[in-house]
Amino acid sequence: MKYIFLLAGVLATAPASPAFAAEGDPVYNYTLMEADIAEIDNETVGAWDAQGWIGGDYNRFWWKSEGALTDGNFEDAEIQALYSRNISRFWDAQVGVRYDLEPKGETYGVIGLQGLAPYFFEVDAAAFVSSSGEVSARFDATGELLFTQRLILKPGVAFDFFAERDRSRQIGSGLSTAEFSAQLRYEFTRELAPYVELAYQKAYGETADFQRAATGSDDDTVFKIGLRTMF
Amino acid sequence: MRLKLAGLLIVTSTLSASAALADVYDLKIDQFERTVEGKTLTGVSINGASPGPLLRLHEGEDVTINVTNTLAVDTSLHWHGIILNAKMDGVPGISFDGIAPGETYTYHFTAKQSGTYWYHGHSALQEQEGVFAPIIIEPAAPEPFQYDREHVVILSDWLNDSPYKALANLKKRSNYYNYNRRTVFDLWRDWRNADGAQKTNVIKERLAWGRMRMDPSDIVDITGYTFLVNGETPQDNWNALFEPGEKIRLRFINAAAMTYFDVKIPGLKMTVVQADGQNIEPISVDEFPIAIAETFDVIVEPEAGKSYTIFAAAKDRSGYARGTISETPGAEAAIPELGPRPELTMTAMGGSHGDHGITNDKPKSAETGMEGMAMGMSADDHAGYGSMSAMETGPIVLSYADLRALTPYTDRRAPDREIELRLTGNMERYVWSIDDVKFGDAGPLELNYGERVRITFKNETMMEHPMHLHGLWMDLVNGEGDMAPRKHTITIRPGETISADVTVDATGSWAFHCHILQHAATGMFRKVTVIGGPQ
Repeated sequence: MKYIFLLAGVLATAPASPAFAAEGDPVYNYTLMEADIAEIDNETVGAWDAQGWIGGDYNRFWWKSEGALTDGNFEDAEIQALYSRNISRFWDAQVGVRYDLEPKGETYGVIGLQGLAPYFFEVDAAAFVSSSGEVSARFDATGELLFTQRLILKPGVAFDFFAERDRSRQIGSGLSTAEFSAQLRYEFTRELAPYVELAYQKAYGETADFQRAATGSDDDTVFKIGLRTMF
Repeated sequence: MRLKLAGLLIVTSTLSASAALADVYDLKIDQFERTVEGKTLTGVSINGASPGPLLRLHEGEDVTINVTNTLAVDTSLHWHGIILNAKMDGVPGISFDGIAPGETYTYHFTAKQSGTYWYHGHSALQEQEGVFAPIIIEPAAPEPFQYDREHVVILSDWLNDSPYKALANLKKRSNYYNYNRRTVFDLWRDWRNADGAQKTNVIKERLAWGRMRMDPSDIVDITGYTFLVNGETPQDNWNALFEPGEKIRLRFINAAAMTYFDVKIPGLKMTVVQADGQNIEPISVDEFPIAIAETFDVIVEPEAGKSYTIFAAAKDRSGYARGTISETPGAEAAIPELGPRPELTMTAMGGSHGDHGITNDKPKSAETGMEGMAMGMSADDHAGYGSMSAMETGPIVLSYADLRALTPYTDRRAPDREIELRLTGNMERYVWSIDDVKFGDAGPLELNYGERVRITFKNETMMEHPMHLHGLWMDLVNGEGDMAPRKHTITIRPGETISADVTVDATGSWAFHCHILQHAATGMFRKVTVIGGPQ
């Protein structure tokens, strides 16, 4: 963890302004945040999904955070701190740590790949190893379809995998959950875009069994309204 | 009206200052404000103006230029296309250390050439902020062409935001400024318009671009520009005055940071007599493309009682710069249509061969206007802008194949060796490079004093790049053999390969870079070091 901060510190002190015929590698940054609310089982759930980077063209400090809260209680909350290295034209290899605050405090090592796949699919794939040796993985991909220059549809898929069953979190092994989503956003500016999103979440295998036992169904359709900012 | 009179006054004052044969020139780099369409921004100027003052020099003159920096940051001035001592070339980190705030730096050189050139900042993005101005070097011998009056026509682009902010935005999202991307409705329309068998090609084409992760609508990196003629907007309408019966010499300079223009004067044929300040065999054209940093001198003969629009359309057809040639100030002429926005075509990309493939043999302009203007780009319509010419004959558009030196240059040796430079870039990350290596990560390009070397540019990107070599002339290999023209700036289209032969007759280190400012700033740049020669 402290090496991540050290790297961030080094990157932060590098010259920030570009110069014609500059020898150095100027530092730039990027932040993307999506925050939305939805009604799930008669409760209002607020969720966020944010990420960003700071660094040069080939080496970046990349952070990611996501989570949800209901009635002021955090259901899920996690943050990742990664070193992201450009390994090919469209891909970065990432390595770092993830810390879950909820539902259970847990630290993981992370190794992943993020970039742009053919047909302009943004892909983020990562494997996690928890401090107790449990292995899990995530894969998500989003696409882009323009209705107008500002009205944009973002279809997406996201999968969760776990190596081992975890009863305490009601998770089965193998493919645990999948989410198929379609987000429609309107970019007033590149920086500000409200959106609506329809997401279909489905549980598989033993996770589905757990879900059915707890709530009576193994899938859910969620309608969200949110705001996307980029800067 | 007041603005136009002010414009006239500035021109007169610079002319008279230089006509006093002063060989010591004092320039001050300072900030200035410009308001365009209600938005006021602070830029950087030379002696309070952008463009800065015209430097009228004489071939053989010993020139002294004192440049004072009143900014809070370093600055510099580079004399574009001027042959001089490497230490006087004005590139921080290569020629000298730059000019610190409050400092005055003195440049010395002897003008060993004649023609139309320009000078501009070489620090940070100051060139985009307004640091550029024209240079005229009067020849020692009489000109090989006749004219009665001349006007400098310096074209530029003024951004509605800070260029530093623009670059930061491009690093966040490379298509930040592209509001012309293809939509599902474009696909639907193309599908409907195609007949039968062609319908599958519509889908195949979309998929091919998707596979490459490239966007055919990606013509320019930044939008939001107002295009200027001698610092004046199309509304300001800069005037080039003439008296009946006069032949007018127009010295066109493209001093834009990020914009290529296609220039025409509807109703007036232009005889191109110089390219990059060098005499060429005169050629009569209706239009000519002018890449960033290029210059073209043309002679026109306007008719008495008529006014003509000087029309410089930005390459992406997002706007134009315009002025008017007339007998009376304030006169206007009809402004032609901009025409459809171009899109990249598949034939331009991926090094496909065929008619416009990777070859130095560009078709002569007289054949078709389309090929001359935009190889690998397609406007939905036919040649040029199509406004003046009928369907039978397209407009005559200047191309590199048309440039022939008026007198052959002395060194006609075949090159000793060839250096291939791949022009590369990663649009996703907004990184531009040569051979996939950014300037900061690359060593110098070494040339040997006295050699004749062929530099072959291979453009592997989807944008056109104007490559500029400081301190040495590039003899363009364009099929004209011994009559090859020499240039300081050569533009290479997407997928194209172009060669130039260089006689290494200067010592020291020189800058060599793409003259699209943000490309040079992000890495499409090299230091050229000449080994050997008199020190």
